[in-house]
Amino acid sequence: MILDGKAAIVTGASRGIGRAVALALAEAGADVLVNYAGRPDAAAEVVQMIKETGRRAHAWQADVALAADAAGLVNTALEQFGRVDILVNNAGVTRDNLVMRLTEEDWERVLAVNLKGAFNCIRAVSRPMLKARRGRIISISSVVGLTGNAGQANYAASKAGLIGLTKSVAKELGSRNITVNAVAPGFIQTGMTASLPAAVREKMLAGVALGRFGEPADVAAVVVFLASDAAGYITGQTLVVDGGMVM
Amino acid sequence: MSVFDKVKSIIVEQLGVEEADVNMEASFIEDLGADSLDIVELVMALEEEFDLVIPDEDAEKIRTVGEAVKYIQDHQ
Repeated sequence: MILDGKAAIVTGASRGIGRAVALALAEAGADVLVNYAGRPDAAAEVVQMIKETGRRAHAWQADVALAADAAGLVNTALEQFGRVDILVNNAGVTRDNLVMRLTEEDWERVLAVNLKGAFNCIRAVSRPMLKARRGRIISISSVVGLTGNAGQANYAASKAGLIGLTKSVAKELGSRNITVNAVAPGFIQTGMTASLPAAVREKMLAGVALGRFGEPADVAAVVVFLASDAAGYITGQTLVVDGGMVM
Repeated sequence: MSVFDKVKSIIVEQLGVEEADVNMEASFIEDLGADSLDIVELVMALEEEFDLVIPDEDAEKIRTVGEAVKYIQDHQ
């Protein structure tokens, strides 16, 4: 399998896109450290599913917004698997509101988890990856990071920030055979999007060329590709997985 | 093993250079072909080996093998 013998860390892997990514990486042959913030039961279920495929998996609670937690996450992966080949920065939160009603705390929490969390994990993982002279860093951005979205100034800023972070780190670590890319999903059916009003969903669907919303597995397949040797000459890119919403 | 010998072996490993090229006067960038990332890695390796914390402002001043050896001797 294309990721045999590899070890991965997936942040925010207890549900949604992160869960699908963790399962897909394992299915492709990788061992996975399943990071979660607040849902140990959901994370344990993902770990169980991975173990059933014959791969190693562990759940690890960490708030990636805290540098010490991110460092502990990477150390745990090194202890458990002896290596880290793949980091997937997926942990993300929303605190949607119109900009005039967005509180400082709403702004800071979203930026802290979505953007600083990725930075914390990248910083922690870069040392072992530099030593290994190989690595794959993949951050889950969003099409709203490209287009903006009314009511999501904080979320869109964090997702656009991930793209700038991705390009910069790609330039810094490229000479050591470490690729750094982003995936920008469109409207994917997860808990995060389930709460949107039906009228909003209908309106968004009208803008999707393929005429359907995406599944977490659609995003996970692209992450597996970027993590594989097949994507060895791709770095600093943002792959849009949105059924043709943004072109 | 002297500090110089330990530093030399780390440099040989990190930069992939010949032992014979590593003398006290050798500049990491000009003589040993290090790039900025090599320097960061080298500083981290020295910190690990000698159980030191080398602040960025000090690391910037370490340009030659001799300067690295002296820094370590002064801070151990």
